[in-house]
Parts: sequence; C-alpha cells; structure tokens
Amino acid sequence: MTLTTMIQKMSEGLGNTCAIFFYTLLFALPLGVVFALLRMSKNIVISKLTQLIVSVLRGTPLMLQLLAVTYGPYYLFGMSISRNKLIPVVIAFSINYAAYFSEIYRGGIESISVGQYEAAAILGYSKAQTFIKIILPQVIRRILPSVTNEIVTLVKDTSIAFTVSYQEMFTIGKQIANSQTSFMPFVVAGVFYYIFNALVGFVMGRAEKAMSYYKQ
Amino acid sequence: MNVLKMTDIKKSFGDNEVLKGVSLTVDEGEVVSIIGSSGGGKSTLLRCATLLETVDGGIITYMGDDVTYYNAKGKLCYSKDLKKFKRVFGLVFQNFNLFPHFSVLKNVMDAPVSVLGRDKKEVREECLALLNKMGLGDKAKAYPCELSGGQQQRVSIVRALAMKPDILFFDEPTSALDPELTGEVLKVIKSLAEEKMTMVIVTHEMAFARAVSDRVIFIDNGIIVEEGTPDDIFGNTKNERTRQFLQNYNN
Repeated sequence: MTLTTMIQKMSEGLGNTCAIFFYTLLFALPLGVVFALLRMSKNIVISKLTQLIVSVLRGTPLMLQLLAVTYGPYYLFGMSISRNKLIPVVIAFSINYAAYFSEIYRGGIESISVGQYEAAAILGYSKAQTFIKIILPQVIRRILPSVTNEIVTLVKDTSIAFTVSYQEMFTIGKQIANSQTSFMPFVVAGVFYYIFNALVGFVMGRAEKAMSYYKQ
Repeated sequence: MNVLKMTDIKKSFGDNEVLKGVSLTVDEGEVVSIIGSSGGGKSTLLRCATLLETVDGGIITYMGDDVTYYNAKGKLCYSKDLKKFKRVFGLVFQNFNLFPHFSVLKNVMDAPVSVLGRDKKEVREECLALLNKMGLGDKAKAYPCELSGGQQQRVSIVRALAMKPDILFFDEPTSALDPELTGEVLKVIKSLAEEKMTMVIVTHEMAFARAVSDRVIFIDNGIIVEEGTPDDIFGNTKNERTRQFLQNYNN
C-alpha cells in the first residue's frame, strides 16, 4: 500500500474523529458548569455526591468508562449493543470531560474576589445577573489556558475510541498497520494529531488574545 | 426625615461580639463621619446597614420603612422586599471593586440599565455628564486597569451615584490609595457634601472628617463612645477614650 492510499484511507476516518471531538465539547462544556454548580451547592449531600462522582470519573481510565458505557447496558440489562458506536463514545467522553471541566470552572469561580459579588449585590443585580454578567466573563478569561489544555488532550484522546472499534482515524490506522505490518500508519496518525492540535492552539490563542483587553 | 435609622444593632462573628448595641440616625442632607480604631466595628456597622451582613439584633429603618423587625414570637426578621431597600443606598468600597471586564462607562451605566430597567440612551447621557463632572470625561472608554487608584475610586463613586441613591456609604474610601491620590477622592466627596448628598463615611482621615461632617461618631469596642459636632469631638472632647484615640492619631 502506498503512503498516499494510506493517508487517503485514514483521512476518511477524520470525519469521525472530528465528530467525537466536536460533540464532546458541545456536551461536556455546559455539563461541566452543571457539575461545578452542583459541587458548590450549599446542600451538603448534593455537593458530596457530586464530588464523589467527579473523583470516580477522574480517577478511572477513560478507556474503562468507554467500555462500561458501550457494553455495560448489554451485560447489566441484556440490551443490544448500539450499532452506531458514536453514541456511547460521545456519552462516555462528554461525562468524563465534564468532570475535568467542572473542576477547572470551580477553581475559576472561586478565584473571583468576594468584592465582585458584594459590588453586584449593592447595585441590586440578581443572583443570575451577577453570575452571567459579572462573574462568568471573568471566569472564562481566567480558565481559558486550562481549558485549552483539556481540549488538546481531547484531540489525542479521540484515539481511545478504537477500543470499541469506532471507525475514527486511529482505528483505521491501526487496522492498516496490522494488515500491512507497517509502522507508517502510526506516523501518519501522529502528524494528523499534531496538525489538529496546532489548529486548536491557533484558535484558542486567538480567543485568549480577544479576551485580554483588560488586566485582571 | 431620617433617611437611615439603626436602633440597638448587635452583631457577632462566632464568640466575637463586634457590635454591642449601636444606634445611629442619619437625616436627609446630613454628612456623618464614623471614626475609631481598626476592629472597633465601624466597617461592620456599614456592612450591616448595606445588608452585606445580617444583624443578630436591632432595627434598621430606611426612609421610615423597616428592613428588620421583631415578629410576634420576638424573633428578628428581615423584610421580604430587600430589593426595594437596595435602591435607597449606595456603597463605595475601600478596594473600589470595579468590574474589570467592563469599560468605565459600562461600569457606571450597566446597573441603572439592567437593574433599574431605565432607558439606555438617557442613562448614558447622565453617566457621561457625571463622569465629566468628576474629571473623568476622557476615561469613559478606558478599562479600570488603565486608571490610577484615585481615578478608579472616583469611577466607583460615579457608579454609586448613577443609581441615584438617597444615602451613600463610604467604607474607608481612601485607605487603599497613596497619600498623593487621597486628595482627589476627598475633593469629590466634599463636593457631594456641598450638594447636600446624604452620606455616612467611615474614615481615618481626621482633618477631612472634621472639615466635611455635620456630625462625627467615635466607635470603639462595638459601642458608640462619643457623638457630636466635629468641633465637639476634635476640638474639646470631654471623653477620655476619645482624647486618647485622637492623641494616638496625631502622633
């Protein structure tokens, strides 16, 4: 197999790689806010329970969680394994990444000084207004570098989907490597991931720059 | 009319009784300065008045309406409609607490627009006029980080004024400023006093308190030790504790 056909075949999987990436961000970013708010709840049961869930999600391998979401329903309830593997992949990835994002959000929210809340309270802003207008924009600015870190990791983590044979770029690469007894597909995969992350770095760098119109 | 009336206010943090029954009235157009050593309860009194802290006992009344009251069982309650009271007062913080991601103009006009629901154009003109008056006309588009401490504090005064409060509280407004920048902030407060703005000022600037106030209150150890005209307090106080405090200050 020539290098060109190899690249061509693996490129066909890039769509699926991107699907994991974008759907995960789409669900994990907001779900992380929910986790963070539950974790900061005044209700100690809700807060502790969320803490436990987040610690399990962060303390066990994503690969394991992916296997659990994909095959768990079959072993536990005898449900058929979903044909479209994208669904369990996105569910597992979203929940896992939401756990990481929630801790980043929590750190960001707690880093905002009490004075900001007090100034808003004196001016009569409601709780929702205070969070959305005053706190959140400052939090986003502060956590952007950490979020970029997670997104870069997510790009590479999409390759974990090969464990459930979801036809993304790395899965295809691995199949080619096996059938051709060649190391080349892995090199190609590495280049693909690197380019993908260079793009991520560029976009996030732009976002950071756009938000740095004020000093914190 | 009393704009603010606080009666027998008590407040503790754990075992530490910070306010041991403080009463204070402020009339319309009056300027009241609160002096006293750190930890004496000055700032806590202000934070109770501005609802940032809840009191353990005592009645707070704004414009004749009770913020706190005792119910039939003798339990202290807060009014259900705190929003109404929040429109009555403004507070200028020691550390300004401007919103760093908002421009100066947005800092000043956002609350009147999004809290009071007023017309944006109208508020904008008002705020620009206020900023001009405070010598900040050319800073409307700047961000707080681009301003000096004195300018930031003046912006925060404008932010409070833009809400058209009936009474304005200042919590050590110059304590975070270099001596050089203190003057410009005090000048602004003085000009507000001349316009008969009702104000309560917690301050360590004794000369300023003497010049600007109608009444001076000396708080120590959670109680009002002495209260009187600036001349009573600074000129010839009869109270030993007050004399001691002022003497330490002058040294």
